Parts: sequence; structure tokens; C-alpha cells
Amino acid sequence: MHEKKPIITIKGNREGLTLMIDDEVPFEEALVELKDKLQSTQQNKNEPLVSVKVQSGNRFVDEEKRDRLRVMIEEDNHFKVTAIETNVVHRDEALRWKEESGIKRTHRIIRSGQVLKVTGDLLLIGDVNPGGKVMATGNIYVLGNLFGIAHAGYKGDRNTFIAASYMKPTQLRIADYISRAPDYVADGVYMECGVIDDNEDKIIIDSLKLLSRKRNEISGFERRMQNG
Amino acid sequence: MGEAIVITSGKGGVGKTTTTANIGTALALMEKKVCLIDTDIGLRNLDVIMGLENRIIYDIVDVVEGRCRLNQALIRDKRFDSLTLLPAAQTSDKSAVTTEGMKKIVAELKQEYDYIIIDCPAGIEQGFQNAIAGADRAIVVTNPEKSSVRDADRIIGLLEQEDMTEAPRLIINRIRNHMMQSGDIMEVDEIVQLLAIDLIGIVIDDEEVIKASNNGEPVALNPNPKASIAYRNIARRILGENVPLQSLEEEKGIFQRFKKFIGMRS
Ligand SMILES: Nc1ncnc2c1ncn2[C@@H]1O[C@H](COP(=O)(O)OP(=O)(O)OP(=O)(O)O)[C@@H](O)[C@H]1O
Ligand SMILES: [Mg+2]
Repeated sequence: MHEKKPIITIKGNREGLTLMIDDEVPFEEALVELKDKLQSTQQNKNEPLVSVKVQSGNRFVDEEKRDRLRVMIEEDNHFKVTAIETNVVHRDEALRWKEESGIKRTHRIIRSGQVLKVTGDLLLIGDVNPGGKVMATGNIYVLGNLFGIAHAGYKGDRNTFIAASYMKPTQLRIADYISRAPDYVADGVYMECGVIDDNEDKIIIDSLKLLSRKRNEISGFERRMQNG
Repeated sequence: MGEAIVITSGKGGVGKTTTTANIGTALALMEKKVCLIDTDIGLRNLDVIMGLENRIIYDIVDVVEGRCRLNQALIRDKRFDSLTLLPAAQTSDKSAVTTEGMKKIVAELKQEYDYIIIDCPAGIEQGFQNAIAGADRAIVVTNPEKSSVRDADRIIGLLEQEDMTEAPRLIINRIRNHMMQSGDIMEVDEIVQLLAIDLIGIVIDDEEVIKASNNGEPVALNPNPKASIAYRNIARRILGENVPLQSLEEEKGIFQRFKKFIGMRS
């Protein structure tokens, strides 16, 4: 009466293949079945690699399992794994995401010689004085005067930005990009932000409006969800 | 029970010793019992500005190392019975004084005096740590120059980590009005806004200060010079009086936008 669910289901579409692995059988069993299924597929070695998206449902796939899946699918086959999706996130991972995506709010002045370094986005209510430095793995929002150095995405995230009520920084840094204040005397700007301009391959400062146009997902959490 | 106030700046030569001598003198003029402590070991100056150099027998290191009692090292001022000076050592090893030693001396003096004014050496080394160790509050002296203000900011950051009874207060010393008007030096407002602490006084650059210090007679003893009035006003504010600040408001330039950041990659 009860029809047995297939362990592996493969569907083709325009982007390539979607490979669904039943999440109720043991992983090892699924691998055996997967090997079988892969061998029976038609593959044309003269065409470009076929991209494969793996969906593992409610099964938790750790790094080791990911590697084994990737190796099995790609080795001796004409496939390229583009994503391994799962509905399940490890608690530690979730906590890390939360840590990295949360906003750290601080109310103080960052004075000369002081460094404030946070994981996630930084909302500083107060000034960054000349000689002071703020760093965040995410974005930096300064509700105050930014006179010192701000480094957004210091672990390498180039999609981050720096926004300030008043900007007259000594340096702006985003990921591995650095820009410095001009050598001539110039006044600062109000309500502006610094972002990496991909076309110019450098940091530019522009009106905060730029953010709504350029970056629809400014939350680090959304970034993580999309990039995995 | 008295109150200990440290006069500090970070940068050297901005007027810490001059300020200590004049605030001390002004407080004595107002009949307060005051003790000045020179903590600038190896570069003592306060005794010279006070004109008391020839009276020194013992110094602060002698006290710390137990060669004399605290009372024996205190020098009574020529003009006021209620004013004394604990001089720094000129030759001894700098490391002789510790924060603990300072705290003990200051605590003892607070029993006797209304105010203990501590002249801090430049820098943020041990001498600075010693000077602030026993203090209840701090006055930061700066000149209206970027480098001096930058160091003051650094010092304020360090002071904020200490548990003092009050936030530090600011003196802007050696103001030259014509330079402020022409925008060649930082404006009072700009400095106060940046450092974000209360201003307790501004003192103009005044030749009378140099003349007076050179004669071993702090300028505050002379009723007329502008700088003297400024120092006496600061003393009154320390006592809690509400003395309005002399206004130095200038018109600000128009803001221009800048977008020309110079890009580079690390
Ligand atoms: N308001 C003033 N007008 C004119 N000259 C001043 C004023 N204040 C201080 N000076 C002069 O500036 C010089 C430095 O002052 P002072 O020795 O008080 O500084 P300091 O901060 O104690 O220096 P150091 O860091 O070396 O201890 C002195 O020659 C002094 O006379
Ligand atoms: Mg001095």
C-alpha cells in the first residue's frame, strides 16, 4: 500500500540538474544509491560540465559530508556541484551567523589611540576622533563625526560600507581597499557613505541614497543566507 | 578632607607647570590651604617658577624612600603660609616613585590641605601613571594646535579608564586671538567639540606669564595681566563659582563637499 520513496531523485532543468537526497535513510545508504544513480546517467564528455544542485532536505550536512558528496558527484563524472542545500543549520553555525550579522551598538567617543573592533555591524553613537579607529567585519554606522579611521569588512567582505553623520576621515578602509583623505584642506561631508565602486575599483564617498540603489541587502545576515 | 587635582597634557611644553603654579597661587590668594606636587622627576621646574628653588632640602624621592618625613620635604611659599610645595627629585632614579607611593603621599596631604595640585610630566609613561594615581580629578591642558589637541584626546581616553570622581576638564592655554581669527590655529569651539569635555578656562598667550615665571613670581600674583585674570577665574571655577567664559566666537567658513579620496589597495 505505502509506496517506497526513492532515495535519490534527479531532475533536469535549464540550469543543470537538481539532485534530491531523501533525508530519512542513513547517509551511507544514500551514498551507495547515489553512486548507482550517477553511473546510470548519460553524460556527454564533449559538452561543458553540467552543474548540479544538491538538495538534502532536513538532513544536516557537515563539512565532511559535503566533501564526500562533492567528490562522489564530480569524480569520474561530467558534473560540477554548484550548491549543497540543506534546511538544517548547526547550532554553532547559527550562533556564529547571528554574531556576525548582529549590530553591536556602542555609545562612546573613540579617542586618539583607541581601537574599537567588533564582529558584525557596528553602530557607534559618538565620534571617532583623529587617531582613533573603528573596525567591523560588517558595516560601520557612525552616528557622529568620523575623523579617524574606519575599516568595514575587515575580514575581507567587500560588500560592506561605512556611513557617518559627518565624514572627514583620515582613512576609509573596506576589506582590502584603502583610501585616504586628500592632502589639501577640505571640509567634511554630512550623511554620506563610503563603498567600493566596482567600476572604478576604489572606495568612493557618496550620498547615503547610494546605498538604497546599490545594495538591496545590506544586512550581513541576508548576505550569509545568500552566499552560504 | 581635601581634593587632589592633576594637571596633565600628554604633549610637553603646553603649560602644565605654569598652570599648576598659577592655580595654586590663585587658590592660596582665596585663602585655601594648597600643596603643589611636582612629579616631573629629573626635569623639575615648579620650584623655579614659584621662586623656591633655593629652599629645597628634601624631595619627593627622599619621602618615598624614607630618608625624611613628608612634612620635612614640604617647602613653605614666600608669600602665603597656606601654600606649600613638594618638589621633584632632580637626579634620582625615576623608578623610585610608584603609583602606590604617590597614593600614600596624596592621601596623607589630603588630611591637611584643601587642594593638592599635581604637576604631571609630559608623556604617558610611568611618570604620568604616578601623577594621576592619587588624583580625584584631572585638568587637561592643551594649546590650540592639532598635535597638542591630539595628545590631549589620547590623555582623556586614558583618564576615562581611571576611576576619578569627575570627568576631566579642559584648559586651552596660549590662545592667540589674531591667529584664531585667521583660521591658522584651531578654534576654541572646535577643540571643545572634538574633545567633548567641559572647558574650565581659556588663557591667552601673554608675555607677562613668561616674565613672571622667569622672576619666580607666578603671574596670578599680579592683578592686571589678562592671563592672571584667566588663572584666577579657573581657580574660582574649581571652587564651584559660576564665572562666565570670555567669548571667542568666530564665524565659521562655508562647508565644501569633498569626494576626491585618493584610492589605493593594500
Ligand atoms: N599663557 C601663556 N602665555 C605665554 N607663555 C606661556 C603661557 N603658558 C605657558 N607659557 C610658557 O610656555 C613654556 C612652557 O610652559 P610650562 O613649562 O608650564 O609647560 P609644561 O607643560 O609644564 O612643559 P613640560 O612638558 O616640559 O613640563 C614656558 O616658557 C612658559 O612660560
Ligand atoms: Mg612642566
